[in-house]
Amino acid sequence: MTTHDNKPAIRAFLAQYFGEHRLADDADIFATGLVNSLFVMQLVLFVEGEFGMAVEDDDLEMENFSSVDAIDALITRKRSAAVSR
Amino acid sequence: MTKSTPTVGVVGAGVMGTGLAQALATTGHEVILVDRSEDVLASAERSIEQGLRLARLLGAKGPREDRGTVLKRISCTTDYEGFERADFVIENVTEDWETKRSVYERIDPLCPPHCVFAANTSVIPVTRIAGATSRPDRVVGMHFMNPVPLKHTVEVIRGHHTSDETLRAAARLLAGMGKEQVVVQDSPGFVSNRVLMLTVNEAMYLVHEGVATAAEVDRIFKTCFGHPMGPLETADLIGLDTILQSVEGLYQAFSDSKYRPCPLLRRMVDAGLLGRKSGEGFFSYAITRP
Repeated sequence: MTTHDNKPAIRAFLAQYFGEHRLADDADIFATGLVNSLFVMQLVLFVEGEFGMAVEDDDLEMENFSSVDAIDALITRKRSAAVSR
Repeated sequence: MTKSTPTVGVVGAGVMGTGLAQALATTGHEVILVDRSEDVLASAERSIEQGLRLARLLGAKGPREDRGTVLKRISCTTDYEGFERADFVIENVTEDWETKRSVYERIDPLCPPHCVFAANTSVIPVTRIAGATSRPDRVVGMHFMNPVPLKHTVEVIRGHHTSDETLRAAARLLAGMGKEQVVVQDSPGFVSNRVLMLTVNEAMYLVHEGVATAAEVDRIFKTCFGHPMGPLETADLIGLDTILQSVEGLYQAFSDSKYRPCPLLRRMVDAGLLGRKSGEGFFSYAITRP
């Protein structure tokens, strides 16, 4: 498993929802007031589909999805866990 | 009502019925979810499970109750099995009078005498619905907003015959779901839809006439008025077919031309562009790959 940059794909996904608001990588997505259940579901499905991983119930906490950086960290953490298993 | 948490029959397993079943089961109610179609019920179960999974990301607080435990409170049926135990029925079938009437004619003899019927409608008069039952004093309107688990207030409608006791029972049920109510009188579209549907329809006329794009209309509402969603985004969320039905319902109810549906709305519904549920409405919801 080579390391590669997850952030462009995450940014591109978020841009569909946040359009003109260019979010900084460390900006809190949940603080924008634009988050709803449909968006959250799409976000989780995107992470699972784009990066080929199952998001566990225990991963579904706000701090894991609150920013580009947080999502990137979650993916990286899950990848390394999968490799070391 | 003797039980501390009422058993609730939920009729119709579309978006609203699904959200309701989830919200009720999460707050400890036994739910009997009924729909004509096995497929619809199966997909409702999947979305409830998904909804429970994502609850934390949407600000659900407190300890996480085991998903299996919550799901066990919901039983699904295509033939109203268990409705003889219902203390409350919340009906969420399509906003079409004949469809609704057939549901009430079916459940009226099945449910116990104390059972309250709550019509989750946004446009059909509660008094007319009550007239299709043998218990008009125990029929009330409950206009839930989508997504049900996240919305804290419900528009409750007092029909002509709705009793005080029924309103109290409705308030208790909603309080048990962690929700508040605003009680209004029975008038077509109540408060919410009479204003919202006309606003949305007028926003569509602006797009239809080329005065502004959908994105421009919505931006004005979001950035000038601080609305979290613009009218056309809201329309996509509700579903354009539902909007069309609601606007037509108001048109018929008031016989007033100000409620005439925008031709663009009709065309989009005919074209199958129904909003979020079909992936495209005034905006596109397809996930495009970078």
